[in-house]
Amino acid sequence: MENAWAAIGIFMIVAIALPAAALVMARLLGPKKPSPIKQDTYECGVETVGESWVQFKAQYYVYALAFVVFDVEVVFLYPWARAYGQLPLFATLEGALFILILAVGLLYAWRKGALEWQ
Amino acid sequence: MVNLGDFFYSLGIWLQGLLVRAGMSESAAHSLFSALVAAVLPLLALMTAIPLIWLERKWIARLQDRMGPNRVGPFGLLQVFADMIKIFTKEDITPRGADRVVFALAPVLAVAGVLGLWAVIPFAANAFGVDLNVGVLYLVAVGTLSTLAIMLAGWSANNKYALLGAFRTVAQMISYEVPLVLSLLVPVLLSGSLGLNGIVSAQREVWFVFSAPLAALLFLLASQAEVSRAPFDLLEAESEIVAGFNIEYSGMKFGFFFVGEFLHSFTMGLLGATLFLGGWTGPGVDSYPALGALYLILKGTSIYFIFVWARATFPRIRIDQMLNFNWKLLTPLGLFLIPTLALVNRALSESSPWLRSAALLGANILLAIAVLLILGLRGRAARMRAASAAHVPAASTR
Repeated sequence: MENAWAAIGIFMIVAIALPAAALVMARLLGPKKPSPIKQDTYECGVETVGESWVQFKAQYYVYALAFVVFDVEVVFLYPWARAYGQLPLFATLEGALFILILAVGLLYAWRKGALEWQ
Repeated sequence: MVNLGDFFYSLGIWLQGLLVRAGMSESAAHSLFSALVAAVLPLLALMTAIPLIWLERKWIARLQDRMGPNRVGPFGLLQVFADMIKIFTKEDITPRGADRVVFALAPVLAVAGVLGLWAVIPFAANAFGVDLNVGVLYLVAVGTLSTLAIMLAGWSANNKYALLGAFRTVAQMISYEVPLVLSLLVPVLLSGSLGLNGIVSAQREVWFVFSAPLAALLFLLASQAEVSRAPFDLLEAESEIVAGFNIEYSGMKFGFFFVGEFLHSFTMGLLGATLFLGGWTGPGVDSYPALGALYLILKGTSIYFIFVWARATFPRIRIDQMLNFNWKLLTPLGLFLIPTLALVNRALSESSPWLRSAALLGANILLAIAVLLILGLRGRAARMRAASAAHVPAASTR
Protein backbone atom coordinates (compact mmCIF):
# COMPACT_ATOMS: atom_id res chain seq x y z
CA MET A 1 0.00 0.00 0.00
CA GLU A 2 2.83 2.45 0.81
CA ASN A 3 4.14 1.59 -2.64
CA ALA A 4 0.87 2.71 -4.27
CA TRP A 5 0.96 6.07 -2.49
CA ALA A 6 4.62 6.54 -3.47
CA ALA A 7 3.59 5.96 -7.10
CA ILE A 8 0.78 8.52 -6.68
CA GLY A 9 3.35 10.95 -5.27
CA ILE A 10 5.65 10.49 -8.28
CA PHE A 11 2.65 10.78 -10.59
CA MET A 12 1.53 14.08 -9.07
CA ILE A 13 5.06 15.52 -9.10
CA VAL A 14 5.41 14.69 -12.80
CA ALA A 15 1.88 16.00 -13.48
CA ILE A 16 2.82 19.36 -11.93
CA ALA A 17 6.33 19.45 -13.42
CA LEU A 18 5.15 18.91 -17.03
CA PRO A 19 2.98 22.04 -17.39
CA ALA A 20 5.44 24.04 -15.25
CA ALA A 21 8.30 23.08 -17.60
CA ALA A 22 6.20 24.04 -20.63
CA LEU A 23 5.48 27.45 -19.06
CA VAL A 24 9.19 28.05 -18.41
CA MET A 25 9.98 27.04 -22.02
CA ALA A 26 7.30 29.37 -23.38
CA ARG A 27 8.77 32.20 -21.28
CA LEU A 28 12.22 31.57 -22.77
CA LEU A 29 10.92 31.36 -26.35
CA GLY A 30 8.49 34.26 -26.32
CA PRO A 31 9.37 37.95 -26.78
CA LYS A 32 9.47 40.29 -23.77
CA LYS A 33 8.49 43.86 -24.54
CA PRO A 34 6.47 45.11 -21.59
CA SER A 35 4.74 48.47 -21.83
CA PRO A 36 2.41 50.23 -19.37
CA ILE A 37 -0.57 50.00 -21.72
CA LYS A 38 -0.02 46.31 -22.43
CA GLN A 39 0.04 45.52 -18.74
CA ASP A 40 -3.05 47.52 -17.95
CA THR A 41 -6.09 45.71 -16.63
CA TYR A 42 -8.30 44.84 -19.59
CA GLU A 43 -11.90 45.99 -19.21
CA CYS A 44 -12.98 46.29 -22.84
CA GLY A 45 -11.06 49.54 -23.36
CA VAL A 46 -12.60 51.41 -20.44
CA GLU A 47 -10.13 52.57 -17.78
CA THR A 48 -10.52 50.74 -14.49
CA VAL A 49 -11.99 52.56 -11.55
CA GLY A 50 -11.15 51.63 -7.98
CA GLU A 51 -9.97 48.36 -6.47
CA SER A 52 -10.66 44.96 -8.01
CA TRP A 53 -10.64 43.00 -4.78
CA VAL A 54 -13.92 44.31 -3.43
CA GLN A 55 -16.60 42.96 -1.12
CA PHE A 56 -18.82 40.52 -2.97
CA LYS A 57 -22.39 39.29 -2.94
CA ALA A 58 -23.11 37.28 0.21
CA GLN A 59 -25.34 34.88 -1.74
CA TYR A 60 -22.29 32.98 -3.05
CA TYR A 61 -21.29 32.36 0.56
CA VAL A 62 -24.62 30.63 1.30
CA TYR A 63 -24.09 28.19 -1.57
CA ALA A 64 -20.55 27.50 -0.43
CA LEU A 65 -21.91 26.72 3.06
CA ALA A 66 -24.54 24.34 1.68
CA PHE A 67 -21.80 22.66 -0.35
CA VAL A 68 -19.63 22.10 2.72
CA VAL A 69 -22.56 20.47 4.57
CA PHE A 70 -23.42 18.08 1.75
CA ASP A 71 -19.88 17.23 0.70
CA VAL A 72 -18.78 16.32 4.21
CA GLU A 73 -21.92 14.20 4.54
CA VAL A 74 -21.13 12.28 1.35
CA VAL A 75 -17.58 11.62 2.48
CA PHE A 76 -19.12 10.01 5.57
CA LEU A 77 -21.28 7.87 3.29
CA TYR A 78 -18.39 6.31 1.33
CA PRO A 79 -17.35 3.83 4.03
CA TRP A 80 -21.02 2.97 4.56
CA ALA A 81 -21.52 2.33 0.83
CA ARG A 82 -18.45 0.07 0.80
CA ALA A 83 -19.49 -2.03 3.82
CA TYR A 84 -23.30 -2.12 4.09
CA GLY A 85 -23.45 -5.40 2.10
CA GLN A 86 -21.62 -7.27 4.89
CA LEU A 87 -23.49 -5.59 7.75
CA PRO A 88 -26.97 -6.45 9.09
CA LEU A 89 -30.02 -4.86 7.47
CA PHE A 90 -30.16 -2.39 10.38
CA ALA A 91 -27.02 -0.65 9.05
CA THR A 92 -28.65 -0.09 5.66
CA LEU A 93 -31.77 1.40 7.28
CA GLU A 94 -29.64 3.63 9.48
CA GLY A 95 -27.71 4.90 6.45
CA ALA A 96 -30.99 5.61 4.67
CA LEU A 97 -32.26 7.47 7.75
CA PHE A 98 -29.07 9.56 7.84
CA ILE A 99 -29.59 10.60 4.21
CA LEU A 100 -33.26 11.41 4.82
CA ILE A 101 -32.33 13.67 7.76
CA LEU A 102 -30.03 15.53 5.35
CA ALA A 103 -32.83 15.73 2.80
CA VAL A 104 -34.93 17.41 5.51
CA GLY A 105 -32.04 19.84 6.04
CA LEU A 106 -32.06 20.66 2.32
CA LEU A 107 -35.85 21.15 2.50
CA TYR A 108 -35.36 23.55 5.44
CA ALA A 109 -32.80 25.61 3.50
CA TRP A 110 -35.18 25.59 0.55
CA ARG A 111 -38.20 26.79 2.59
CA LYS A 112 -36.05 29.47 4.27
CA GLY A 113 -35.31 30.84 0.82
CA ALA A 114 -31.56 30.20 1.02
CA LEU A 115 -31.65 28.61 -2.45
CA GLU A 116 -33.34 31.58 -4.17
CA TRP A 117 -31.07 33.67 -6.38
CA GLN A 118 -31.79 37.39 -5.89
CA MET B 1 0.12 -18.05 -25.08
CA VAL B 2 -1.84 -17.07 -21.98
CA ASN B 3 -0.65 -13.48 -21.83
CA LEU B 4 0.32 -13.01 -25.45
CA GLY B 5 -2.50 -10.54 -26.06
CA ASP B 6 -1.77 -8.65 -22.90
CA PHE B 7 0.77 -6.28 -24.36
CA PHE B 8 1.14 -3.89 -21.41
CA TYR B 9 1.41 -6.66 -18.84
CA SER B 10 3.98 -8.66 -20.80
CA LEU B 11 5.98 -5.51 -21.44
CA GLY B 12 6.00 -4.86 -17.71
CA ILE B 13 7.08 -8.43 -16.90
CA TRP B 14 9.82 -8.24 -19.54
CA LEU B 15 11.15 -4.92 -18.24
CA GLN B 16 11.17 -6.19 -14.67
CA GLY B 17 12.95 -9.37 -15.79
CA LEU B 18 15.57 -7.25 -17.51
CA LEU B 19 16.16 -5.25 -14.33
CA VAL B 20 16.47 -8.41 -12.21
CA ARG B 21 18.99 -9.89 -14.62
CA ALA B 22 20.97 -6.63 -14.43
CA GLY B 23 21.53 -7.41 -10.75
CA MET B 24 18.56 -5.82 -9.02
CA SER B 25 16.48 -7.48 -6.34
CA GLU B 26 12.95 -8.54 -7.30
CA SER B 27 11.18 -5.96 -5.11
CA ALA B 28 13.49 -3.10 -6.15
CA ALA B 29 12.81 -3.90 -9.80
CA HIS B 30 9.08 -3.86 -9.12
CA SER B 31 9.24 -0.49 -7.32
CA LEU B 32 11.39 1.01 -10.08
CA PHE B 33 8.93 -0.23 -12.69
CA SER B 34 5.88 1.27 -10.96
CA ALA B 35 7.77 4.54 -10.54
CA LEU B 36 8.49 4.49 -14.28
CA VAL B 37 4.81 3.89 -15.08
CA ALA B 38 3.84 6.73 -12.74
CA ALA B 39 6.26 9.04 -14.53
CA VAL B 40 5.32 8.10 -18.12
CA LEU B 41 1.52 8.01 -17.72
CA PRO B 42 1.05 11.79 -17.15
CA LEU B 43 3.08 12.48 -20.29
CA LEU B 44 0.86 10.13 -22.30
CA ALA B 45 -2.24 11.75 -20.81
CA LEU B 46 -1.00 15.22 -21.78
CA MET B 47 -0.25 13.98 -25.31
CA THR B 48 -3.87 12.82 -25.79
CA ALA B 49 -4.87 16.50 -25.74
CA ILE B 50 -3.36 16.87 -29.23
CA PRO B 51 -5.74 14.51 -31.09
CA LEU B 52 -8.61 15.61 -28.80
CA ILE B 53 -8.39 19.28 -29.82
CA TRP B 54 -8.44 18.32 -33.49
CA LEU B 55 -11.32 15.88 -32.96
CA GLU B 56 -13.44 18.36 -31.02
CA ARG B 57 -12.87 21.19 -33.50
CA LYS B 58 -13.87 18.89 -36.36
CA TRP B 59 -16.96 17.64 -34.51
CA ILE B 60 -18.12 21.13 -33.52
CA ALA B 61 -17.55 22.28 -37.08
CA ARG B 62 -19.62 19.47 -38.57
CA LEU B 63 -22.41 20.07 -36.03
CA GLN B 64 -22.45 23.74 -37.05
CA ASP B 65 -22.32 22.91 -40.78
CA ARG B 66 -18.72 24.09 -41.25
CA MET B 67 -15.58 22.33 -42.48
CA GLY B 68 -13.40 22.93 -39.43
CA PRO B 69 -9.59 22.98 -39.67
CA ASN B 70 -8.65 21.68 -43.16
CA ARG B 71 -5.67 23.77 -44.33
CA VAL B 72 -2.67 22.60 -42.30
CA GLY B 73 -1.80 19.04 -43.25
CA PRO B 74 -4.23 16.34 -44.42
CA PHE B 75 -7.73 17.00 -42.92
CA GLY B 76 -6.17 19.78 -40.86
CA LEU B 77 -4.38 17.21 -38.71
CA LEU B 78 -1.34 19.44 -38.21
CA GLN B 79 -3.42 22.45 -37.13
CA VAL B 80 -2.83 21.67 -33.45
CA PHE B 81 0.95 21.61 -33.96
CA ALA B 82 0.82 24.94 -35.79
CA ASP B 83 -1.19 26.39 -32.89
CA MET B 84 1.32 24.97 -30.41
CA ILE B 85 4.25 26.64 -32.20
CA LYS B 86 2.35 29.91 -32.24
CA ILE B 87 1.33 29.77 -28.60
CA PHE B 88 4.85 28.85 -27.45
CA THR B 89 6.31 31.96 -29.07
CA LYS B 90 3.70 34.39 -27.71
CA GLU B 91 4.56 37.03 -25.15
CA ASP B 92 3.63 36.13 -21.60
CA ILE B 93 1.88 39.15 -20.07
CA THR B 94 1.22 39.55 -16.36
CA PRO B 95 -1.16 42.44 -15.70
CA ARG B 96 -0.20 45.20 -13.28
CA GLY B 97 -1.23 44.53 -9.70
CA ALA B 98 -1.79 40.79 -10.21
CA ASP B 99 -0.74 38.28 -7.59
CA ARG B 100 2.22 36.92 -9.57
CA VAL B 101 2.75 33.57 -7.85
CA VAL B 102 -0.93 32.60 -7.84
CA PHE B 103 -1.34 33.91 -11.39
CA ALA B 104 1.36 31.50 -12.65
CA LEU B 105 0.25 28.64 -10.40
CA ALA B 106 -3.36 28.54 -11.62
CA PRO B 107 -2.81 27.18 -15.18
CA VAL B 108 -0.34 24.60 -13.87
CA LEU B 109 -2.90 23.37 -11.34
CA ALA B 110 -5.65 23.34 -13.97
CA VAL B 111 -3.68 20.77 -15.99
CA ALA B 112 -2.15 18.88 -13.06
CA GLY B 113 -5.55 18.32 -11.45
CA VAL B 114 -6.83 16.62 -14.60
CA LEU B 115 -3.65 14.59 -15.18
CA GLY B 116 -3.88 13.39 -11.58
CA LEU B 117 -7.19 11.66 -12.35
CA TRP B 118 -5.43 9.37 -14.85
CA ALA B 119 -3.42 7.71 -12.08
CA VAL B 120 -6.26 5.39 -11.04
CA ILE B 121 -8.10 4.69 -14.32
CA PRO B 122 -7.81 0.98 -15.19
CA PHE B 123 -7.11 0.70 -18.95
CA ALA B 124 -7.14 -3.11 -19.04
CA ALA B 125 -7.28 -5.94 -16.52
CA ASN B 126 -3.58 -5.56 -15.74
CA ALA B 127 -2.82 -2.08 -17.04
CA PHE B 128 -3.31 0.85 -14.68
CA GLY B 129 -1.10 3.46 -13.08
CA VAL B 130 -1.97 2.58 -9.49
CA ASP B 131 -4.75 0.30 -8.28
CA LEU B 132 -5.64 2.39 -5.25
CA ASN B 133 -8.09 0.73 -2.84
CA VAL B 134 -9.75 4.11 -2.21
CA GLY B 135 -9.82 5.05 -5.89
CA VAL B 136 -13.20 6.82 -5.92
CA LEU B 137 -12.30 8.99 -2.91
CA TYR B 138 -9.04 9.87 -4.68
CA LEU B 139 -11.05 10.93 -7.75
CA VAL B 140 -13.23 13.21 -5.60
CA ALA B 141 -10.19 14.76 -3.92
CA VAL B 142 -8.06 15.32 -7.02
CA GLY B 143 -11.02 16.34 -9.19
CA THR B 144 -11.49 19.41 -6.98
CA LEU B 145 -8.03 20.75 -7.90
CA SER B 146 -9.20 22.14 -11.24
CA THR B 147 -12.05 24.02 -9.52
CA LEU B 148 -9.46 25.52 -7.21
CA ALA B 149 -7.28 26.46 -10.19
CA ILE B 150 -10.10 28.41 -11.83
CA MET B 151 -10.90 30.20 -8.57
CA LEU B 152 -7.23 31.13 -8.13
CA ALA B 153 -7.04 32.35 -11.74
CA GLY B 154 -10.06 34.60 -11.35
CA TRP B 155 -8.90 35.96 -8.03
CA SER B 156 -5.26 36.66 -8.88
CA ALA B 157 -5.72 38.60 -12.13
CA ASN B 158 -6.75 41.91 -10.47
CA ASN B 159 -9.60 42.29 -12.94
CA LYS B 160 -13.28 42.73 -12.11
CA TYR B 161 -14.52 40.47 -14.88
CA ALA B 162 -12.10 37.76 -13.81
CA LEU B 163 -13.30 38.16 -10.23
CA LEU B 164 -16.92 37.75 -11.36
CA GLY B 165 -15.83 34.56 -13.13
CA ALA B 166 -14.29 33.35 -9.87
CA PHE B 167 -17.55 34.07 -8.01
CA ARG B 168 -19.50 32.10 -10.56
CA THR B 169 -17.01 29.28 -10.13
CA VAL B 170 -17.94 29.19 -6.45
CA ALA B 171 -21.63 29.08 -7.32
CA GLN B 172 -21.41 26.58 -10.16
CA MET B 173 -18.51 24.17 -9.87
CA ILE B 174 -18.87 23.88 -6.11
CA SER B 175 -22.64 23.34 -6.33
CA TYR B 176 -22.38 20.67 -9.01
CA GLU B 177 -19.73 18.88 -7.00
CA VAL B 178 -22.58 17.64 -4.75
CA PRO B 179 -24.58 15.64 -7.37
CA LEU B 180 -21.29 14.48 -8.92
CA VAL B 181 -20.10 13.04 -5.63
CA LEU B 182 -23.55 11.54 -4.97
CA SER B 183 -23.57 9.85 -8.39
CA LEU B 184 -20.03 8.52 -7.83
CA LEU B 185 -21.38 6.90 -4.67
CA VAL B 186 -23.78 4.67 -6.63
CA PRO B 187 -21.18 2.43 -8.36
CA VAL B 188 -19.49 2.04 -4.95
CA LEU B 189 -22.86 1.09 -3.48
CA LEU B 190 -23.61 -1.50 -6.16
CA SER B 191 -20.15 -3.06 -6.39
CA GLY B 192 -19.14 -2.86 -2.72
CA SER B 193 -15.69 -1.67 -3.77
CA LEU B 194 -13.96 1.72 -3.59
CA GLY B 195 -11.25 0.69 -6.07
CA LEU B 196 -11.93 1.37 -9.74
CA ASN B 197 -10.75 -2.06 -10.86
CA GLY B 198 -13.18 -3.66 -8.40
CA ILE B 199 -16.01 -1.53 -9.80
CA VAL B 200 -15.16 -2.61 -13.36
CA SER B 201 -15.00 -6.30 -12.38
CA ALA B 202 -18.44 -6.00 -10.73
CA GLN B 203 -19.88 -4.96 -14.12
CA ARG B 204 -18.95 -8.17 -15.94
CA GLU B 205 -22.59 -9.33 -16.05
CA VAL B 206 -24.58 -6.06 -16.15
CA TRP B 207 -23.24 -2.55 -16.71
CA PHE B 208 -24.26 -0.07 -14.04
CA VAL B 209 -25.80 2.22 -16.65
CA PHE B 210 -28.57 -0.42 -16.93
CA SER B 211 -29.03 -1.01 -13.20
CA ALA B 212 -28.73 2.68 -12.28
CA PRO B 213 -29.54 4.86 -15.32
CA LEU B 214 -30.52 7.83 -13.12
CA ALA B 215 -27.10 7.84 -11.47
CA ALA B 216 -25.45 7.74 -14.90
CA LEU B 217 -27.58 10.71 -15.98
CA LEU B 218 -26.66 12.60 -12.81
CA PHE B 219 -23.00 11.90 -13.52
CA LEU B 220 -23.31 13.09 -17.13
CA LEU B 221 -25.03 16.38 -16.21
CA ALA B 222 -22.86 17.11 -13.18
CA SER B 223 -19.61 16.41 -15.03
CA GLN B 224 -20.68 18.63 -17.93
CA ALA B 225 -21.10 21.42 -15.36
CA GLU B 226 -17.88 20.45 -13.61
CA VAL B 227 -15.78 20.87 -16.78
CA SER B 228 -17.80 24.09 -17.42
CA ARG B 229 -18.79 23.18 -20.95
CA ALA B 230 -21.31 25.12 -23.04
CA PRO B 231 -24.73 25.02 -21.40
CA PHE B 232 -22.81 25.56 -18.15
CA ASP B 233 -20.01 27.87 -19.32
CA LEU B 234 -21.09 30.76 -17.10
CA LEU B 235 -17.61 31.25 -15.68
CA GLU B 236 -16.20 32.32 -19.02
CA ALA B 237 -19.40 33.59 -20.69
CA GLU B 238 -17.97 35.79 -23.48
CA SER B 239 -21.12 37.85 -23.96
CA GLU B 240 -21.57 38.61 -20.25
CA ILE B 241 -18.21 38.85 -18.50
CA VAL B 242 -15.93 38.95 -21.58
CA ALA B 243 -13.92 35.80 -20.88
CA GLY B 244 -14.39 35.43 -17.16
CA PHE B 245 -11.55 33.91 -15.21
CA ASN B 246 -9.07 33.73 -18.12
CA ILE B 247 -9.48 37.31 -19.39
CA GLU B 248 -5.96 38.44 -18.42
CA TYR B 249 -4.17 35.28 -19.52
CA SER B 250 -2.08 35.12 -22.68
CA GLY B 251 0.28 32.75 -24.45
CA MET B 252 1.03 29.38 -22.95
CA LYS B 253 -0.83 30.06 -19.69
CA PHE B 254 -4.02 30.74 -21.65
CA GLY B 255 -3.36 27.61 -23.71
CA PHE B 256 -3.09 25.46 -20.61
CA PHE B 257 -6.58 26.40 -19.45
CA PHE B 258 -7.87 25.10 -22.76
CA VAL B 259 -5.74 21.96 -22.73
CA GLY B 260 -7.04 21.40 -19.20
CA GLU B 261 -10.65 21.83 -20.31
CA PHE B 262 -10.42 19.49 -23.32
CA LEU B 263 -8.54 16.90 -21.32
CA HIS B 264 -10.99 17.21 -18.42
CA SER B 265 -13.98 16.46 -20.66
CA PHE B 266 -12.27 13.41 -22.12
CA THR B 267 -11.14 12.23 -18.69
CA MET B 268 -14.71 12.58 -17.43
CA GLY B 269 -15.74 10.46 -20.43
CA LEU B 270 -13.20 7.80 -19.46
CA LEU B 271 -14.41 7.89 -15.85
CA GLY B 272 -18.04 7.61 -16.95
CA ALA B 273 -17.08 4.61 -19.09
CA THR B 274 -15.23 3.04 -16.15
CA LEU B 275 -17.97 3.63 -13.58
CA PHE B 276 -21.12 3.05 -15.63
CA LEU B 277 -20.27 1.44 -19.00
CA GLY B 278 -18.20 -1.47 -17.76
CA GLY B 279 -14.73 0.06 -18.34
CA TRP B 280 -12.43 -2.36 -20.13
CA THR B 281 -14.91 -5.27 -20.16
CA GLY B 282 -16.19 -6.48 -23.52
CA PRO B 283 -16.13 -9.52 -25.78
CA GLY B 284 -12.74 -11.23 -25.92
CA VAL B 285 -10.97 -9.35 -23.11
CA ASP B 286 -10.19 -12.55 -21.22
CA SER B 287 -8.03 -13.99 -24.00
CA TYR B 288 -6.72 -10.63 -25.26
CA PRO B 289 -6.63 -8.18 -22.30
CA ALA B 290 -5.11 -5.43 -24.46
CA LEU B 291 -8.48 -5.16 -26.20
CA GLY B 292 -9.76 -3.67 -22.93
CA ALA B 293 -7.86 -0.43 -23.52
CA LEU B 294 -9.50 -0.13 -26.95
CA TYR B 295 -12.97 -0.74 -25.47
CA LEU B 296 -12.37 1.82 -22.74
CA ILE B 297 -11.20 4.47 -25.21
CA LEU B 298 -14.17 3.78 -27.53
CA LYS B 299 -16.68 4.04 -24.66
CA GLY B 300 -14.96 7.13 -23.24
CA THR B 301 -14.91 8.81 -26.66
CA SER B 302 -18.64 8.20 -27.10
CA ILE B 303 -19.38 9.92 -23.77
CA TYR B 304 -17.02 12.71 -24.83
CA PHE B 305 -19.02 13.03 -28.03
CA ILE B 306 -22.19 13.54 -25.95
CA PHE B 307 -20.42 16.40 -24.13
CA VAL B 308 -19.42 18.01 -27.44
CA TRP B 309 -22.88 17.45 -28.90
CA ALA B 310 -24.51 19.16 -25.89
CA ARG B 311 -22.01 21.99 -26.19
CA ALA B 312 -22.99 22.56 -29.82
CA THR B 313 -26.74 22.21 -29.18
CA PHE B 314 -27.81 24.07 -26.04
CA PRO B 315 -27.65 27.81 -25.36
CA ARG B 316 -26.02 29.01 -22.16
CA ILE B 317 -28.38 28.93 -19.17
CA ARG B 318 -28.96 31.76 -16.70
CA ILE B 319 -27.24 31.67 -13.31
CA ASP B 320 -30.46 31.28 -11.27
CA GLN B 321 -31.66 28.50 -13.61
CA MET B 322 -28.29 26.80 -13.24
CA LEU B 323 -28.45 26.94 -9.43
CA ASN B 324 -32.10 25.88 -9.25
CA PHE B 325 -31.44 22.94 -11.56
CA ASN B 326 -28.71 21.75 -9.23
CA TRP B 327 -30.15 22.41 -5.77
CA LYS B 328 -33.82 21.77 -6.46
CA LEU B 329 -33.60 18.85 -8.88
CA LEU B 330 -30.26 17.06 -9.09
CA THR B 331 -29.31 17.15 -5.39
CA PRO B 332 -32.70 15.97 -3.99
CA LEU B 333 -32.85 13.31 -6.71
CA GLY B 334 -29.40 12.07 -5.73
CA LEU B 335 -30.37 12.09 -2.05
CA PHE B 336 -33.44 9.92 -2.70
CA LEU B 337 -31.70 7.68 -5.23
CA ILE B 338 -29.02 6.44 -2.85
CA PRO B 339 -31.19 5.02 -0.01
CA THR B 340 -33.61 3.52 -2.57
CA LEU B 341 -30.84 1.70 -4.45
CA ALA B 342 -29.15 0.65 -1.20
CA LEU B 343 -32.37 -0.88 0.16
CA VAL B 344 -33.23 -2.72 -3.08
CA ASN B 345 -29.67 -3.96 -3.47
CA ARG B 346 -29.47 -5.11 0.16
CA ALA B 347 -32.85 -6.88 0.05
CA LEU B 348 -31.86 -8.87 -3.05
CA SER B 349 -28.21 -9.45 -2.18
CA GLU B 350 -28.70 -13.24 -2.27
CA SER B 351 -30.37 -13.42 -5.69
CA SER B 352 -28.78 -13.57 -9.15
CA PRO B 353 -27.18 -10.42 -10.64
CA TRP B 354 -29.74 -10.35 -13.45
CA LEU B 355 -32.75 -10.31 -11.08
CA ARG B 356 -31.06 -7.70 -8.88
CA SER B 357 -30.32 -5.46 -11.86
CA ALA B 358 -33.91 -5.77 -13.09
CA ALA B 359 -35.21 -4.74 -9.64
CA LEU B 360 -32.77 -1.81 -9.50
CA LEU B 361 -33.83 -0.71 -12.98
CA GLY B 362 -37.47 -0.86 -11.86
CA ALA B 363 -36.69 1.30 -8.82
CA ASN B 364 -34.93 3.80 -11.09
CA ILE B 365 -37.88 3.96 -13.47
CA LEU B 366 -40.33 4.47 -10.57
CA LEU B 367 -38.18 7.29 -9.17
CA ALA B 368 -37.91 8.89 -12.63
CA ILE B 369 -41.71 8.77 -13.07
CA ALA B 370 -42.18 10.32 -9.62
CA VAL B 371 -39.73 13.14 -10.47
CA LEU B 372 -41.45 13.82 -13.79
CA LEU B 373 -44.88 13.89 -12.09
CA ILE B 374 -43.72 16.34 -9.41
CA LEU B 375 -42.07 18.54 -12.06
CA GLY B 376 -45.22 18.47 -14.18
CA LEU B 377 -47.49 19.43 -11.25
CA ARG B 378 -45.17 22.22 -10.07
CA GLY B 379 -44.85 23.50 -13.63
CA ARG B 380 -48.61 23.60 -14.05
CA ALA B 381 -49.06 25.38 -10.69
CA ALA B 382 -46.47 27.98 -11.73
CA ARG B 383 -48.20 28.52 -15.08
CA MET B 384 -51.59 28.91 -13.35
CA ARG B 385 -50.12 31.47 -10.93
CA ALA B 386 -48.57 33.39 -13.80
CA ALA B 387 -51.80 33.32 -15.76
CA SER B 388 -53.98 34.57 -12.87
CA ALA B 389 -51.39 37.24 -11.94
CA ALA B 390 -51.47 38.51 -15.50
CA HIS B 391 -55.27 38.44 -15.54
CA VAL B 392 -56.20 40.18 -12.27
CA PRO B 393 -54.46 43.59 -12.71
CA ALA B 394 -55.85 43.81 -16.23
CA ALA B 395 -59.35 43.29 -14.85
CA SER B 396 -58.92 45.84 -12.04
CA THR B 397 -57.81 48.68 -14.33
CA ARG B 398 -60.95 48.39 -16.34
